[in-house]
Amino acid sequence: MNSVALAALVRRDLQLAYRRRGEMVTPLMFFIMVTALFPLGLNPDPALLRTLAPGVIWVAALLAGVVGLESLFKSDYEDGTLELMVLSPVPLELVALMRVLTHWLITGLPLVILAPLMGMLLAFPPSAMGTLLIGLLLGTPVLSLLGAVGAALTVGLRRSGMLLPLLILPLAVPILIFGARSAAMALTGDDVSGPLYLLAAILALTVTLAPFAIAGGLRVSLEN
Amino acid sequence: MTASCALYCESLDIWRGNRHLCHGLSFRAEAGQAVRLHGANGAGKTTLIRILAGLSLPESGTVCWNGRPLAESGDEYRRALAYLGHANGLKSNLSPTENLSAYVAMMGLPPASSIPDALARLGVGEMAHRPCGSMSMGQQRRTALARLVLSRASLWLLDEPLTSLDVSGVSLLAELVEAHLEQGGIAIFATHQPLELARQTVRTVNLGIAA
Repeated sequence: MNSVALAALVRRDLQLAYRRRGEMVTPLMFFIMVTALFPLGLNPDPALLRTLAPGVIWVAALLAGVVGLESLFKSDYEDGTLELMVLSPVPLELVALMRVLTHWLITGLPLVILAPLMGMLLAFPPSAMGTLLIGLLLGTPVLSLLGAVGAALTVGLRRSGMLLPLLILPLAVPILIFGARSAAMALTGDDVSGPLYLLAAILALTVTLAPFAIAGGLRVSLEN
Repeated sequence: MTASCALYCESLDIWRGNRHLCHGLSFRAEAGQAVRLHGANGAGKTTLIRILAGLSLPESGTVCWNGRPLAESGDEYRRALAYLGHANGLKSNLSPTENLSAYVAMMGLPPASSIPDALARLGVGEMAHRPCGSMSMGQQRRTALARLVLSRASLWLLDEPLTSLDVSGVSLLAELVEAHLEQGGIAIFATHQPLELARQTVRTVNLGIAA
């Protein structure tokens, strides 16, 4: 029964995202902008860009991931849907996990798909592109989950726009370190399994624990 | 719907921020009964309804559903409850049909085939496929009320259900509440205007500012 309900929720969220597709494009444009600005601001020397590329792409991905986060639960909170979700028999943890999944599908995944293009812009060699992609594929869901915890806690606040990145970005430092490091190691031909395994471990940890924190945050935000 | 059900709350102490809204409030609602919460603006009607729904917690006191405190009857209570808050819980980009089918799936109610009937019953059948954002406030309220028709909850908690409803909307809601009570349901609502029921009496619980 829960699976039917959750499938319906995902379908509704995707429907909504489709009708508001303008909002969906903003983080992507942001990602493209930030990565495209670096070659303009720095010395356009391919060798320099290549070494900077992992860090630039990862930082841009983190920033782009935070852009649309504020709205994750905001409209549900304002139009009363959140109350209905809390009062439904479906566990709120699962509802939260599904919401994060759809959020990642419409913001995180397109970003991962765009990453090779931005990599080419920064003269990142195709041989190391696979590592960059796997890293982003493991890291961006973590960012969505962490961001959802922050969004759930701040949903009741009127101006949470700037607060949210301040809360989330410090927590995202480990995925930045391991993600950017794995891509940099691939560049020099080192064995990248270490940082990628660590990213996978962080993902497993957040997938299991974050839904409880999100649900708790939502309940607290609704209490007054 | 269960044969008999009862909601009672005992010696509730309710605070909102640093205001003491009520002290030692107790009342009981059993199958077939309607309770109207009455009080001035800011007297705590919404807070009380949210506490009865389990969205907020009282400072002290207990709310029991079928003899068990809410904290223990979690899932069973959520299945037995239909809640209508200040906000309608409708996505403005989606049509009433899309909104309600998400609700039906979420509450585990049988297939969505009854949605057109429910919308027609509330007089918004023609709007079934337009975005909710393009409808008037009253029509949105009616769409939200259609959830009551679809749900098989035995307890209705309605916060200002009459907001933006026209005269025919008010009598429609009265009919719905009557039918619900006749099937052994409970309705608790906060309204400023009395809701006249033809066949049942409505008990009033007064909320005043506590000393």
